[in-house]
Amino acid sequence: MSTCPSPAVISGYAQGAGDVDDVTVWAVETHLESCASCRALLAEAVDPQTRKLLDHVVETIAAGIAAGPAPARRRSRRRTGAVGRALPWLVVAAGLMLVAVGFEKSYPSLPSLVLLVAPVAPLLPTAAAWSRRTDPAWELLASMPRTGLGLLLWRTLTVLAAVVPVLAVAGWRTGHSPALWLLPCLAFTAGALALGGLVGVDRAALGLAALWAAGVVVPSLSARQLPALLTTESWPGWAVATVALTAAVLLRATDHRHLGVGRT
Amino acid sequence: MVRTVSAAETAPATWPWLIHAEQLVVRAGRQVAVNGLDLTLDTGVHGLLGPNGAGKTTLMRALATVVNPASGRLRLLGQSVTDPAGLRQVRRELGYLPQHFGFYPRFTVREFVEYVAWLKEMPKSAIPGAVQRAVERVGLADRADTRMKTLSGGMLRRAGIAQAIVNEPRLLLLDEPTVGLDPEQRLDFRHLLRDVGVDSCVLVSTHLVEDVAAACTDVVLIDAGRLVWQGTPAQLAQRGTAGDAGDSATERGYSALLRAHRGQVPA
Repeated sequence: MSTCPSPAVISGYAQGAGDVDDVTVWAVETHLESCASCRALLAEAVDPQTRKLLDHVVETIAAGIAAGPAPARRRSRRRTGAVGRALPWLVVAAGLMLVAVGFEKSYPSLPSLVLLVAPVAPLLPTAAAWSRRTDPAWELLASMPRTGLGLLLWRTLTVLAAVVPVLAVAGWRTGHSPALWLLPCLAFTAGALALGGLVGVDRAALGLAALWAAGVVVPSLSARQLPALLTTESWPGWAVATVALTAAVLLRATDHRHLGVGRT
Repeated sequence: MVRTVSAAETAPATWPWLIHAEQLVVRAGRQVAVNGLDLTLDTGVHGLLGPNGAGKTTLMRALATVVNPASGRLRLLGQSVTDPAGLRQVRRELGYLPQHFGFYPRFTVREFVEYVAWLKEMPKSAIPGAVQRAVERVGLADRADTRMKTLSGGMLRRAGIAQAIVNEPRLLLLDEPTVGLDPEQRLDFRHLLRDVGVDSCVLVSTHLVEDVAAACTDVVLIDAGRLVWQGTPAQLAQRGTAGDAGDSATERGYSALLRAHRGQVPA
């Protein structure tokens, strides 16, 4: 910070006196930009007529701002924009859970459909939120610096924020422990993201959902018995799987920098 | 528009070319669309010409870091595109208009350009001003708050250009930007190109040879994934003789060069 000019120089500058040369004027102006106390001195040094003019300018501008149009309202849709494309799939997932609750209430002899469907409920909307088939701006997205795990997690969390409350209602209506519907659901979502770095999130999610349906849902419905995977004793296993898969997702974060793109 | 110039902007570059490809091979599906391309581009407006299937779009996609090269070296702004840390830096300095410009139909032009600016990691305080500037530069200011699904083809193209220039990119890649623009808009667009090309590297892929002759400082001609010729529009016009196909000197030069490359006449 330069030393402040003397009050005499400042008042000379304010009155435009001839004894202040150009070089001094530049130095004073540069200094005034960064020094509030000298600006206060300057305000005292100007003659009353100039001060009146400045007051008038301030009033006119303030009146103009008050009378002018209001600033455009910012909409919050910006960041959730693409997740909106997954909305139909969110509705499908919610509908699936409601049907499962209905079945479980009407046919108590069957194994719990809510527990069987809960692990894969977020997979469909997750696939839709990160897929070149549902996102029209996918090609643009593939060239963006923000594209990567951060954006993918943001979209996945938005999906989970919509799906988990539905699951909670279904779990509460059927009286199952949250560990049995929430942990498998999170484990499968983390699994889809981890696998998605290699084959694409949409393919990974749909593949896992198909595997679960063919390997667990169909056999347990035909055997009329819940698999050991979904009994109360199995929750530590699901917790470990969730943590391990989440760690894998974070470790392989750079996989998501490049999106799977086909020919356009 | 007066703005503060940061130290990073005035720092001397430590790389020779803004775009530097060596023996670049890029696949499009199973096909090799770019096959051993050597290309160096610096500041200016470069027109990318070539027949259908020459690999223009695939080259653009590789330069936009959308697809990874299968082999060869590609350095953008001195950073290798295969290095994850450098990739993010490069993408911040990049503007890209794809051949098929996808958009969210329910967004307004302003919302869409804002969303792209956010994706490009621009500082939050700079976004509203930059969006307004970009929309004004493409002449869409009066349509900024209409939904994109109600726009005509030419307006959509201009909205696509607006999202590409919103971050004042140092590398601007435009894939067929003049499709659907009327003659007056094309003149405005050429003016915009010259303006942006003063301090950035603009690569425009096009079929319209007259656009190249009018707005570009440099012409890059590729065929079958290889570089055929690189020079100024004036040099391109000189290559043509009265016997070549085409209605203008530039068009005759273009067909003469392609014919020579394909071995129908000795080069």
